[in-house]
Amino acid sequence: MTSTFSRREFLVTGISAGAGLTIAMQLGCSPAGPSGPVTTPFVPNAFLKVSTDGSVTVVCGFSEMGQGVLTAVPQLVAEELDVEWSKVSVEQSPAGEAYFNPAFGIQGTGGSSMVRGSWTQLREAGAKARAMLVTAAAARWGVSIDECRTEAGNVMRRGSRDRLSYGDLAEEAASLPVPETVTLKDPADFLILGKAVPRLDVPDKVTGKAGFGIDVQVPGMLVAVVARCPVFGGKAARWDEAAALAVPGVRHVVTITSGVAVVADGYWAARKGRDALAVQWDEGSNAAQSSARISAELASLVRRKGIEVRREGAGSAAQAGTTVEAVYEVPFLAHACMEPMNATAHVEADHVTFWGPIQFQSDPGGAFGGGAREMAARIGGVSTDQVTVHTTMLGGGFGRRFFLDFAAEALECSKATGTPVKVVWSREDDVQHDFYRPASMAWFRGTVADGTPVSWVNRVACPAILPGPPGGLDDSSVEGLANFPYRIPNVLVEGHNPALGVPTGFWRSVGSSQNAFFSECFIDELAAAAGKDPFEFRRDLLDNAPRHKRVLETAAERAGWGTPLPEGRARGIAVAESFGSYVAQVAEVSMNDGVPRVHRVVVAIDCGPIVNPDIIAAQMESGVVFGLTAALYGKIAIEGGRAVQANFDTYQMLRVQEMPVVEVHIVPSTDAQGGVGEPGTPPIAPAVVNAIAALTGERIRRLPIVS
Amino acid sequence: MTTLRINGQTHTVDVPEDTPLLWVLRETLGMTGTKFGCGMALCGACTVHLDGEAVRSCILAVGGLTEDMEIRTIEGLSDDGSHPVQQAWIEEQVPQCGYCQSGQIMSAVALLEKNGNPSDSDIDAAMAGNICRCGTYQRIRRAIHKASGGAR
Ligand code: FES
Ligand code: FES
Repeated sequence: MTSTFSRREFLVTGISAGAGLTIAMQLGCSPAGPSGPVTTPFVPNAFLKVSTDGSVTVVCGFSEMGQGVLTAVPQLVAEELDVEWSKVSVEQSPAGEAYFNPAFGIQGTGGSSMVRGSWTQLREAGAKARAMLVTAAAARWGVSIDECRTEAGNVMRRGSRDRLSYGDLAEEAASLPVPETVTLKDPADFLILGKAVPRLDVPDKVTGKAGFGIDVQVPGMLVAVVARCPVFGGKAARWDEAAALAVPGVRHVVTITSGVAVVADGYWAARKGRDALAVQWDEGSNAAQSSARISAELASLVRRKGIEVRREGAGSAAQAGTTVEAVYEVPFLAHACMEPMNATAHVEADHVTFWGPIQFQSDPGGAFGGGAREMAARIGGVSTDQVTVHTTMLGGGFGRRFFLDFAAEALECSKATGTPVKVVWSREDDVQHDFYRPASMAWFRGTVADGTPVSWVNRVACPAILPGPPGGLDDSSVEGLANFPYRIPNVLVEGHNPALGVPTGFWRSVGSSQNAFFSECFIDELAAAAGKDPFEFRRDLLDNAPRHKRVLETAAERAGWGTPLPEGRARGIAVAESFGSYVAQVAEVSMNDGVPRVHRVVVAIDCGPIVNPDIIAAQMESGVVFGLTAALYGKIAIEGGRAVQANFDTYQMLRVQEMPVVEVHIVPSTDAQGGVGEPGTPPIAPAVVNAIAALTGERIRRLPIVS
Repeated sequence: MTTLRINGQTHTVDVPEDTPLLWVLRETLGMTGTKFGCGMALCGACTVHLDGEAVRSCILAVGGLTEDMEIRTIEGLSDDGSHPVQQAWIEEQVPQCGYCQSGQIMSAVALLEKNGNPSDSDIDAAMAGNICRCGTYQRIRRAIHKASGGAR
């Protein structure tokens, strides 16, 4: 039925028809129904619905930003329901308690947490529905449930040819009580979990039909572009409202928390209106901040005692042997999601409707001032019951869309104008008004004796993302450093969280994105000082870290570590745990006029029991590109309290001609589950930098490599 | 008034002449498959075909377009994903977030219509203007080879 609507009509129809319907249509993932009226009587819980034609709709409470949740969530449900993959479609959930992320107790997507958090919850949702269908069939046949089994969307009667489809049983199952407990499948019997089933979101992503936030169209909607102070923390002082209103198509100029919004019939008019504003800024207290000042401050901090996060043996006491000292530094980084920030809101007297590509739908506790639902209620002056949140497709997230500044802008603009408003950011807005991966510096002093490290002293200076506890650090600034895996008898790790006047946020793999670079390069320096092979040196220190060791050995073996390479190439290796997963990478690198070329990356991952190996491979490929882009080019410089880079000419992305061959090896594992969206990123920078050191003898300690 | 031929149909639009084709497609005509990524011909998200050539619609003012120029967008490839390049994209499971993929596919189709069996360096040259922040390049390369029927 969906094919008879235009995209525009889907959205318009959906507005009155409710959240589930809108997004199902936007996603276009529903299979076409057969002739005859199909109803969906069996809705045993918030996560799935069974229709009379036997089709199953899974409701996903997580945000799809490319990582595959719109496929992984249905896989978990469908496996236990015992239904064929071709019968399964997916729709995006509304905001609500039923969809809170079990890992966090909020509705939000991040921390590579979906599979770990929902593994049991979603399987039980499928298994309970299956049990109800079995009970309905047993009642119809007048037999005990022990005489029934299920297969591919049917209940079968053992020892007979009788079968009833789930569609046939949907009405009866709907009247049964939901069982309290249920037995889950033995993993040996999995047909969908652990299999590379095709992604449900892909068909609409090759036709242009997938509905991203920026594609939302609502009747009567205007488009806003916002002028924000380029200096972080500054405010608009004066502007020429009349000049903006004189631009054809401009309807309103409104002052909102983040700046001055020009609200127009479309994006192009709004852009021209914003130019016409000629805003003069009150730049505030950060106007003199610069990358040079930031580097100097971090450098002075890493020389001063910080907050201790790890101590072993004699701590920092000097040890006999060969001592190596080094300082590493990384800059701020923008996320540069392919879809620029945007959101659409319609604030009415007694209801607020919000549409957006967001990673954070709801948090009644309000640690971040709430998710989109609570924010909409606060700005709209209504209760959260009077808020409808539609999560659209996200054109990339990477942590950026956890921060809802763009959502507040849409809500404030709609409230001020009384019309539905879509706020659209330009790429320049997006790069210059981010919540950046923090700039960070790390100092190390290590000592090796008899070919093995005897001392590891490390101090990091890195702004917080979320404030730490009183007297403590934001964990993210030292993650991967406070818990580095190598067995060394004397260890001291300390940190500082300076305030630098630049907004910071979660950036794919968060603290590990820079800390793995620091520690996995410095361990390579110690290997060199010890005269040891960097792979063997690491392996021999990992007896107490078996999962690190296994992926390290797998990557080294698959990469042919130690075998000859063509002239002018070298390998580098690195291993890191993040978000519960263990990833090792070997990079093969050559140098061309001082610019590294990465030819091949071999990835080994242990993430525990898996949902979809092809999605894991895709996330490893993606994580490698993300980390390699940052290692080669990534830098947001600060001058005059503002971001220097603005678009892809100055904030450079890896392109197809630079793509290495990425080979992914998933280590079979029944250990605790980890995530896959982020852990592919941390090891690539150190693997590449270690390869360059092996090739040239030059040790790069400051990113990006290419400047 | 500007008259445009898009996917074989004629549309007359009343927008300022400096309006980029991208925004006419997306906002005036509701054809949102073509995406905005940078507005400066740096990312390829807005790629469409103009008389068979891949062009960046974000810097193409509609005032410079005439009725005898044939514009093709992602919506004009097929409604159901049946175009061979779309099929190859599905088989290789290329998209992640998907936002860049309309532009990637339009660039790939333009390449393959000129060169039925592109080499890796042909692919590099034709696809270098299309950024994928999700890093799907390896699969894009495989899908182009698959669509070309090239053994690889
Ligand atoms: S939006 Fe046109 S090239 Fe980026
Ligand atoms: S698939 Fe996300 S930017 Fe290409």
